[in-house]
Amino acid sequence: MENLNLIYPEIFLSLLTIGLLMLGVFKKNSFNLIIRFSSIGLLLLIPVVYINNDISNELFSQNYLVDSFSIFMKILILGSSAIALFFTNEYIKNSSINQFEYPILVLTSILGMFVMVSSNNLMGLYLGIELQSLSLYVLASLNRDSIKSTEAGVKYFVLGALSSGLLLYGCSLIYGFTGSTNYYIIAKSFDANNLALLFGLVFILVGLAFKISAVPFHMWTPDVYEGSPTSVTAFFALAPKVAGMAAIIRILYVPFGNIVIEWQTILIFISVASMILGAVAAIGQSNIKRLMAYSGISHMGYALAGLVTGTKDGVASTILYVLIYVVMSIGSFVCILVMKRKNIYLENIRDLSGLSKNHPLVALSFVVILFSLAGIPPLAGFFAKFYIFMAVVKVEFYTLAVIGLVTSVISAFYYLRIIKIIYFDPSQEKFDPISSNGIKFSLAFSTLIILFYFLNPSIFTFFTNIATAAIK
Amino acid sequence: MIEITLAHYLFLSAVVFTIGIIGIFLNRKNVIVILMSVELILIAVNINLVSFSVYLNDLVGQVFTMFVLTVAAAEAAIGLAILVVFFRNKGSIHVEDINSLKG
Repeated sequence: MENLNLIYPEIFLSLLTIGLLMLGVFKKNSFNLIIRFSSIGLLLLIPVVYINNDISNELFSQNYLVDSFSIFMKILILGSSAIALFFTNEYIKNSSINQFEYPILVLTSILGMFVMVSSNNLMGLYLGIELQSLSLYVLASLNRDSIKSTEAGVKYFVLGALSSGLLLYGCSLIYGFTGSTNYYIIAKSFDANNLALLFGLVFILVGLAFKISAVPFHMWTPDVYEGSPTSVTAFFALAPKVAGMAAIIRILYVPFGNIVIEWQTILIFISVASMILGAVAAIGQSNIKRLMAYSGISHMGYALAGLVTGTKDGVASTILYVLIYVVMSIGSFVCILVMKRKNIYLENIRDLSGLSKNHPLVALSFVVILFSLAGIPPLAGFFAKFYIFMAVVKVEFYTLAVIGLVTSVISAFYYLRIIKIIYFDPSQEKFDPISSNGIKFSLAFSTLIILFYFLNPSIFTFFTNIATAAIK
Repeated sequence: MIEITLAHYLFLSAVVFTIGIIGIFLNRKNVIVILMSVELILIAVNINLVSFSVYLNDLVGQVFTMFVLTVAAAEAAIGLAILVVFFRNKGSIHVEDINSLKG
């Protein structure tokens, strides 16, 4: 008999989703109730996930792992999604996308992410990715009367379906030439001289790179970020990135952990290309959501640089980078939601002028977040990059570290341009006052963590080290 | 008589897969064609999985195929739904008309 306690979080999440769906169908105008229940449900799930905190637990003949790595990633996914629901609540109501399907689609995509993170089997990985992506396609086109939103949905759907097709073809090749879909068995019977297996590896990497929007598979990101409703964009920048990165870490280090040489070159290319494109292409942007998309691409490049190393240090630094990136993204999207005049949400960067006069505290927090995104000491973003570069230098990839440093200097340009607009450009009409507690709380949360990270970094590194211990 | 071996099936699957990929990238007309190309890619994967399953004498491949078929149905449903919503706003599903987001 399997120890089903281990998958209580997944069971609870699916029951919660089904229950709320029933509630939404049979009760009219139940959006408020459902979004409240789903945020509370997500927060309550965190202790349920945490209860099984052993280093490693295996389920279903080693096809599903509940180890410290997956627990860490699940808590990160739950926390970030709960906060995202919390601070976007007001936006959802104001832009009249408050249908009850919204929180339910968020919940189903989180269920998919759980499966992605925990699965130790190619079949589970594929099903998790599909459950996540299918919900996200619908979320992107949720504002169904807007051309931009539906177009974002179409683009995301076409490219997402293509990427899952590629991933699946890779899975089928790996299955055929190793005889199993289980990661452990693949690791044992992987023969690096077999060309078909290497093809499979490349296809799987391409499919996963699509999901975390790494160059050269990033084309959908700016369009989808710009077109989707801002609340959905904020969610896209948080949980799916965490889940995608977790899936990449597990697949690179468990089934393909013995053949680091084979995937290292590909990963170096993806990482360098993401860093460079993210830094250069963001310079010309005038839409702040588009700019955040390019910023996200370059941050994924830095996170992948940690994985290139093939060492435990590298994995730990990547996990920490993802954690800090999530905290910074929360802050920046809260600031984007503050950009509102006469009940209209603005997206142009120039509209930020005058923020320092209307909302001095928000302006100050935004500056802290932007400095942190640019990697300026002593903020959290600096330490995140610092650990990555330390891990990279330790395995003597000096070129990669130098490229990373140069691109982070280039990207500082566009972050500083936003700060210049906030503080020195002539102010326009007044911004609307902030009424939502969610916005105030989330902004304070993100800014305080970024500001005071340096006082006690060991709290964070302690958890990331435990999470890394489960890998390999 | 030529005997049909695993290699033949793999070649067939690779050809179908390539047609699917080319269909997505070369298609300049209609989004529906893209949906069909996606289906072709998934069919290619199914051929691969089933032939490997027979060749390896292992059921996992066929179970995988069942899952892929189910997911493909769900994906087609969602794709068509999104396309219908897009058509209502734009009045067209030509690939060139999907152009309001760029930069």
